[in-house]
Formats: sequence, structure tokens, C-alpha cells
Amino acid sequence: MTRYLARRLAFAIVLVVAVSSGSFILARLAPGDFVTLTTRGQVSPETMQRERARFGLNKSVAAHYRDWFAAAVRLDFGDSMLYDRPVRGMIVERAANTAILAVAALVLATAVGLPLGIVAGSRRGGVIPAAIRSASLLLLSMPPLLTSLLLVFIAARTGWFPIAGMRSATTPGGGATLDLLHHLVVPSLAIALPLAAMLERLQAQAMSEVIAEPFVLATLARGVPRSRVVWRDALKAALRPVAGVYGLIVGTVLSGSFAVEVITAWPGLGSLMLTALRARDVYLVAGCAAAGAVFLAFGTLVADLALAFVDPRTAASASPDEAAA
Amino acid sequence: MTRGVGIVLVALAVTAAVAAPLIAPHAADARFPGLLNAPPTVPHVVDDGGLWHAPFIYRWRLVSQLEQRYEEDRSQRVPLAWFSGGHLVAAPDAAAPLLVAGADSFGRDVFSRLMFGARTSLSLAAAAALGATLIGGIVGGLAGYAGGAADDVLMRGTDFVMVLPAMYVALALRAVLPLVLSAQQVFWLLAAIFAVLGAPFIARGVRSIVRTERRLEYAIAAEALGAPAMRLLLRHLLPATRGFVAVQITLLVPAFIVAEATLSYVGLGFPDTVASWGTMLHEASSNIRVFADFPWLLSPAAAMFLVVLGLNLVLQSDRSPERHALQRPPA
Repeated sequence: MTRYLARRLAFAIVLVVAVSSGSFILARLAPGDFVTLTTRGQVSPETMQRERARFGLNKSVAAHYRDWFAAAVRLDFGDSMLYDRPVRGMIVERAANTAILAVAALVLATAVGLPLGIVAGSRRGGVIPAAIRSASLLLLSMPPLLTSLLLVFIAARTGWFPIAGMRSATTPGGGATLDLLHHLVVPSLAIALPLAAMLERLQAQAMSEVIAEPFVLATLARGVPRSRVVWRDALKAALRPVAGVYGLIVGTVLSGSFAVEVITAWPGLGSLMLTALRARDVYLVAGCAAAGAVFLAFGTLVADLALAFVDPRTAASASPDEAAA
Repeated sequence: MTRGVGIVLVALAVTAAVAAPLIAPHAADARFPGLLNAPPTVPHVVDDGGLWHAPFIYRWRLVSQLEQRYEEDRSQRVPLAWFSGGHLVAAPDAAAPLLVAGADSFGRDVFSRLMFGARTSLSLAAAAALGATLIGGIVGGLAGYAGGAADDVLMRGTDFVMVLPAMYVALALRAVLPLVLSAQQVFWLLAAIFAVLGAPFIARGVRSIVRTERRLEYAIAAEALGAPAMRLLLRHLLPATRGFVAVQITLLVPAFIVAEATLSYVGLGFPDTVASWGTMLHEASSNIRVFADFPWLLSPAAAMFLVVLGLNLVLQSDRSPERHALQRPPA
């Protein structure tokens, strides 16, 4: 177990270093730098040179990367060129917002998807499993880009929920937490709906496979009530394959949250990354990428540990990469 | 049954893309300056007097320039002309165009743009899927055939790409290239990016199938008869991956369609002059009233849903569709 943990941690570190370094170098190599884009050539060459020197853009890419990396390992990601603020503070704030959204979506998707999957998978035929299955199929065909547009459409027409942002300008009655939850409904549902459909399908599949196993029949034959067999004995065995997917889902949630953050104006990591990339704000791009990678590595790590906990065979056999994939 | 529905949906979308110039009543960039954000013109067959006619429409009369509200001008019927001027159906009067799905904020026909947009979006997804199959086939084939260190390195690489959130990688790769590019350049660039991101999903499966097939008697026999490695791989082993690759392509195409739409939506895809489902949504989203007053501008989202649903339904009849959910590339 300790070895497994060490290997997973090493993989996480490689992931964070590779992703942030890669995006720093890519952003540096991109045509048109921050100074050119913001001044649009309206100032004298001397001023441009001075500005470039201020941001370190006059250095060679290798030297710039070396300096940035040396600072970054001490968690100093430089100052954002665009906002003139330390990158660290900005990404921590934005990453927290994305985390709220992602965790809410994961909890919602799990709470809806797994029970429905158990119901759909434990019955052969009937109206309810068919209805669940059809709903899942429809939702599986709606990636977060479409669910968020649909939910914003519904919210805008009915006026039930706020369609953009994370907080109201003025704190309404009920306090800040309630206000946040109110704003969270549309974006978190937009990510959770397709995810719930996917979890439901997986759980239904796992459940129907377990139900067909002899031990279920044997337990039923001993006179244990059906509902208890399904919800206790079969469920225990059927949770494993689904638990294994959570490591992969973290990436899916992050990907999905990008479109949702942009459409619902949720101030998360994705929309900041977009702004940074467009402005060629090298430090902010690398900072966002690092935060995203930490997010991903942490999520994958937690998911893998949970899986190893549920199913000890994972830790004994899997190489780190196989477990991640 | 469900599979049939899926095939019909996909066939409709492909027909729309291929026959866009014929089906669309107008050119993708034709503007009707007097009809900004005009609602859809509903074809009628019965007029106010209760008399039956060949299908006709009423022209829109602007009620409020400021609010862009329109009202049907019921005083005069505009009959539809079938198979004229190279179009399936159109209204001959340029002042009263047939707007099946309304007009956008430039006064362009949304339905026509939807048809031409299907061309852009679907051909991009198809090109990217083809590229992903090529790259994934080569990488997976080599890894599975060679084994050993090469296999290790290649598979670590694919694992790494698969762990990353695909949307962010696509975004970053697109954004670090010149922001303003021609439509042609954007097409090939996005196709290349998507192909690289989709390839690992194909490579992994191809590798494991090639590995298994290699040990089967027919492959050993071919090798014993002196078939060179290249022939063994191309003629015998890779064809065995056909079924798997077909399923993967069906999963990748929807992901690519949505990826194009997402990138265009945030302004990093096609330029706004090009009709694609993504640029149409981008255009729609710039208008705050789209949700309340001009919902027809969101029709590209509906089109996208139907195509993705169609492709998912096609997969449904496979023995265990749930298995695919595991391999689903994150959209």
C-alpha cells in the first residue's frame, strides 16, 4: 500500500510539473506576446522594450523558463501581466470556485446516478428501468455545453434560478451561503446531468452482471428478501467497477466545467485560463495550468486511494498508469 | 428499433451537409437587412378566408424597430416556389424570404446557415476522426506488434494524454497559435489537434487487439510463411481491429462536434463569417435576449443534440452499450 501510494504521488508530481511547464513554454512560444497585444504597436520601440524587460519577455525562452521554474517550485508564480496581481492569489481563489462547482456536480451526479442505476440494473424489463434507460440515453447525448444552454434557457424563461455569476450584487435575505447555493443550481446541474447518466449506465451494467451471479441466487434461495439482496449484497459487489471510473471522471468534470463556466459566467479556473491565453499572459497561463493539474492529480489520487480501499487488489497489481487509465 | 432511429438521424444530418446548397433556401451569408432577428415563417395551406392553397407564407411586418418585434402581414400570400433557382424550396420574393428557422441578428437565414454549418461541423469531425484513426492505428499497431520498450513508451504517452482534460488541451493548443486565421487554416488546425487528442482512445484498443491476434495461429502461420512485418500488420492484424475502431469513431465524432462548438463559442474556433454550429451559437450568445425572445437562434444546439443522440443510438444495439461509457472520450 505504501509503495502504491508513493507511485501514485510520483505520477501526480510528474503530471503537475509537465503540464505547467508545457503550458508556460507553449504560451511563451506563441506568436504575439502580451506587450504587442496590449499596445497594438501604438508606442515607441523603446517603450515596448522596457515593458518586455519588466515582464521578463526579453529573456530567451530557456532562460525565462529556468527563472520561472526556480520561482515556481517555491510556489511563486510571478505577477499576472493582465491584472498586475500575484498569480498565486488569483489561481487559489478561482480554483476554489471551480472546486465548489466540481464537487457539487460530482455529489449530485452520484446521488442521482447510482441509485437509479441500481434500480435499472436489478430489474429485468418493466416500465421503470426502461424510463431510466431512455432518460440516460437522452442525457448522454447532451454534453455540458448543451445542458448549460438548455438550463440557462429554462432558468431565463421561468426566472427560478440566476443564470450567471456566483453571487448576487447585494446579499439577499437568507445569507451568502443560500445565495451561493441558488447560483450553483444551473452550473452544477449542467455538469451533473450527463455525468449522472453515465454513472447510471455503468452502475446498471455492473448491477445486472452481479445479479446474474450464483451467489445472488443462493442468497435469494435462503429466503433473504430481494430488496436486501439487491441493496446490500449485490450492491457491495457492483460498486467496484463504478468506483474505478471516478479517477477518470475528474478529467471529464474539469473538461465539462470549462464550457459551463464560460456560459454561466462562473468565475472559475476555466474562464481565467481563457482570458490568460487570449492575452498571452504567460505567468497566468502557467499558473492556471498548474492549478488545474494539481486539481486533476489530487482528484485522481483520491479516487485511486478510494478504489484501493474498496478493492485491495488494485494496489497490489496495477502500475500507476494502468490505474489512472 | 432505436438503432433505426439513430441511423435516420445521422443520415439526415449527413444529407443536410452534403446537399446544403440544394436544401438551403438561401446562401449562408445572404442578408435580409429588414428582417434582423425575425421569427420563423410558418408555411400555411389555409388562408384567413378558410380557402386551401398550395403551401404559402406570410411576410413579416416590422412592428417595433427598437424591440425587433414582427407581425404577420396577412393581407397577401407569398406562395412557395419548388425546385426553382437550384433550391428545393424558396420564396421567390426577395422581400419576403422563407425563414424556416428565423433570422439571426444580421438578418441571415438560420435554417440555411444550419445546413451549411452542418457541412463545416460534420466534415471537421469526420476529418479529425479519420486523423485519429490513422495516428491511433499506427501507434497502437506498432506498440502491439513490437512490444517491449517501444510498447511501454508509446502506451505511457497515450495514458498521459488520456488523463488530461481534453477540452483544456485543445483550448491551450489552439490559443497558442495565431489567433486570427483563415477558415481553411482553422479547419486543418482543429482537425489536427482533435486527431492527436482522440488518437490515444483508438491506440489503446488497437494495441491490445493486435497483441492478442499476433499470438493466434493464423498470424503465426502467416509469419512462418515468410510474410514481412508490414504485410502481417496491414493485411492481417489491423483488419481485426475494424469493429473496435468503428465503435470508437462513433464515440469520437460527437466529442469532436462538441469540441468545435465549444472552441467557436469562446471565439477560438472558426471566424464568425464561417457558418458552423459553434459560430452560430457564439453569435446567438452575444445577444442577451436570445433566451427570452429569439430562441430559434439556439437551433444549432438542437441540431447538435440530434446528431449526438443519433450516433449514440446507433451504438445502442451493440451487445453491451454500457461498456462504451467507460471508453467515452470526455466531451
